[in-house]
Amino acid sequence: MKEKKWKLYGWLFTVNIFISAFTFGGGYVVVPMIRKYFVVKKRLFSEDELMDMAAVAQSTPGAIAINLAALAGYRTAGTIGTVISCIAAVLPPLVILGVISLWYAAFAANTVIAAVLRGMQAGVAALIVDLVADMCQMIWKEKSVMLTLMVPAAFVASFFMKINVAQILIVCCILCIIRTAYQRGGKKCQN
Amino acid sequence: MSKLVQIFISFFQIGLFSIGGGYAIIPMIQEQVVNLHGWVSQKTFTDIITISQMTPGPLAVNTSTFVGIQIAGVPGAVMATFGCVISGIVISLGLYRFFQKHQESVYVLDVLKGLKAASLGLIVSAAATILVLTFFGVSEISQISSMDWISVIVFLICLVVLRKWKFNPILVMIVTGIAGGILYT
Repeated sequence: MKEKKWKLYGWLFTVNIFISAFTFGGGYVVVPMIRKYFVVKKRLFSEDELMDMAAVAQSTPGAIAINLAALAGYRTAGTIGTVISCIAAVLPPLVILGVISLWYAAFAANTVIAAVLRGMQAGVAALIVDLVADMCQMIWKEKSVMLTLMVPAAFVASFFMKINVAQILIVCCILCIIRTAYQRGGKKCQN
Repeated sequence: MSKLVQIFISFFQIGLFSIGGGYAIIPMIQEQVVNLHGWVSQKTFTDIITISQMTPGPLAVNTSTFVGIQIAGVPGAVMATFGCVISGIVISLGLYRFFQKHQESVYVLDVLKGLKAASLGLIVSAAATILVLTFFGVSEISQISSMDWISVIVFLICLVVLRKWKFNPILVMIVTGIAGGILYT
């Protein structure tokens, strides 16, 4: 039992190091990565739970990647899991940036590095589109017109109208609360 | 010592007020490290942002590390990074536990559903930004001029192997990195 626990801690640490070392292009790429390793491979929690976590990580301050690593660690192995995951998630950028900062001018001017990063960008784009496709199916399963419409609405508000993320999240929350209150009120009248 | 405390306080504020992450926090960091404390120059700050975008990891953590090192060496980097992530971790865990505890409440359930739908919309927005940047090499749709066909082909191949054969994401990153190194140089 004890050995199993240590094995899980070791796995958490390694997997978070890897995920963090390969998240180019923003925190959202962590969501498909966590899904692949925690949900699909190890079945530590369900896809729906991952969406809960992603929503929480997104709605709270700080980097989404770190928040999500903390939540996945917590869900997998409690508080110790959180600490292990967070340290592992922070370590690669800390070390890489530490090294780069020593001779950053040369790094920024290197054409090979720029080419490799450009290739990876296409990979990142594919990863995130793959995730979006699966997650949209999950929202459709809810069979709620409001929730289904909320996805493109939030997209337009953020991408085209450049509305602040916090405002988008707050408006969506309020809409949901109003809907629930309204439905409840309706039911009471029927009774 | 007092400098490390200063660094912690500054980056704690940055972490606390950066909801949604990503590029939204750049002005906040700039305000703290360039304008308010004068720890780094504007030129260095711009370099830091460029390099943070080129390296893995969250922009906030990358920038904290880099600025921290410039100000106070490795302890500075650790302090800045810690300050930057701690509020998010604590608040995320608090909110997650709150939602778990009150699962039976219809309101909590509905707020969570709303947050999920909205956050998916925001992920779509991030995806669109990355797609535009990958295919056209610019960050705004209004600046689009020429298309990078290599990246479109690489993207489509990746998407097919991911959807059909459920490829390992890290492997995808390594292969696309090598492909980029060969195709773009």
